Amino acid sequence: MGGRDATMVLLDENGIRCDGRKIDEPRRIMIKAGGLKNADGSAYIEFGDNKILVGVFGPRDVHPKHMSNTDTGILRVRYHMEPFSVGERKRPAPSRREIEISKVIKEALEPAVMLEKFPRTAVDVFIEVLQADGGTRCAALTAASVALADAGIPMRDMVAAIASGKVADTIILDVNNEEDQAGQADMPVGYMPSLKKITLLQLDGVLTPEEYKKCVDVGVKGCEVVYELQKKALHDKYFGDRKD
Amino acid sequence: MADKRKYVIPGDVITSGPFRPEQNVVLEGNNIIATSVGISEIYEDSVKVIPLTGKYIPKINDLVIGKVISHTSLSWELDVNSCYVGFLPAQDVFGRDFSTHADELSSKLKTGDLVAARIANFDRTRDPLITISDRDLGKIDDGILVKISPSKVPRLIGKKGSMIQMIEMGTNAAITIGQNGWVVISCETEEGLSKAKKAVEMVNEKAHIANLTDLIKDMLDGKDES
Repeated sequence: MGGRDATMVLLDENGIRCDGRKIDEPRRIMIKAGGLKNADGSAYIEFGDNKILVGVFGPRDVHPKHMSNTDTGILRVRYHMEPFSVGERKRPAPSRREIEISKVIKEALEPAVMLEKFPRTAVDVFIEVLQADGGTRCAALTAASVALADAGIPMRDMVAAIASGKVADTIILDVNNEEDQAGQADMPVGYMPSLKKITLLQLDGVLTPEEYKKCVDVGVKGCEVVYELQKKALHDKYFGDRKD
Repeated sequence: MADKRKYVIPGDVITSGPFRPEQNVVLEGNNIIATSVGISEIYEDSVKVIPLTGKYIPKINDLVIGKVISHTSLSWELDVNSCYVGFLPAQDVFGRDFSTHADELSSKLKTGDLVAARIANFDRTRDPLITISDRDLGKIDDGILVKISPSKVPRLIGKKGSMIQMIEMGTNAAITIGQNGWVVISCETEEGLSKAKKAVEMVNEKAHIANLTDLIKDMLDGKDES
């Protein structure tokens, strides 16, 4: 898809990957909390070449009314890719893949968000992928957590996410687009570091039980790195000019 | 009172041990975890977080400013800047001998009117019940509405009302602050009104600055000279 050569060597003899990273090195990650004025909370993330903007509204009235739940609030997530986010124009209508990712992100956020505090309301999360380069669901989940915290919605913990995978028979951290296309396995992991709980775990590919365990461990370690950046983004917005 | 203040974000462990979790914290095992971005305060036996962001959640006995959205033959509905609509029964205004035939609700409160009200009752099963039958409550006839973030209301009031008193003294304006982040300012002079509005908006924008009181004071005094 992208501009890079698909026949490149994914992992050379020195343990350097196709984009120059080491096997356990994530891409450059930049998270910014806030930025959208009309949303209750928002966040922007650059995760390697992924660029994603998230807006959060709520808790607010549920429309249509029949969706509301008298016991708890509901979480609604829309993951959407812009037509210009990939090499060839993507049709803007929600595809099968986008509907699935919306559901997966929603279910990964639900254990963290304390929706039971707001019965009969909805929290809406809108995720817009401006530029995609593999691992958008992890980047989107990471940004959505920051946006929810920015909106002041009570959460038990923030969800950090990163993908681990298997490329050239080696377990690596943070799979990019080429590694996803040509690699052997891809495992997105969503993790709540303070509570030590996994909220998202998917696997595309074949792994032995040992590789599987290692892959989860690598992913969880990566999430802890992402978590620090999430915390930093919120600290910068709210306590930037104060001394702790 | 608070011996240890800390800036926290969701998931941060504030402390561990036998503390009572209060606002915006949860007990997970033995740890007390923050659930909001804010400032944590540890008291002798309890822990709480003062949030820096978030919507207004009704609390019983809060004074709020509401805006009438609509009415039925029995009650009004008020927008109280929350995720729930306020419910003001007609008996509260007309008294016990209210009858749907004789009394017309729109004669007392019309759509768009502002009222100072108190949250009489609220729990998770029902929308907040509102009352205006108390001293200083009821329809607001004059003044302008300024909307600020509900999480910054305590800052606008200040320690023992110091901030709001200073603004009122400096501008001769009467300011009613709703806990829901809506503020009504009324003043006899146009100048005092705009100055008070500016001061309130300044508190909203610069709530985190430490010497805000001095800044507001300078602003209020500075205008006097010119």
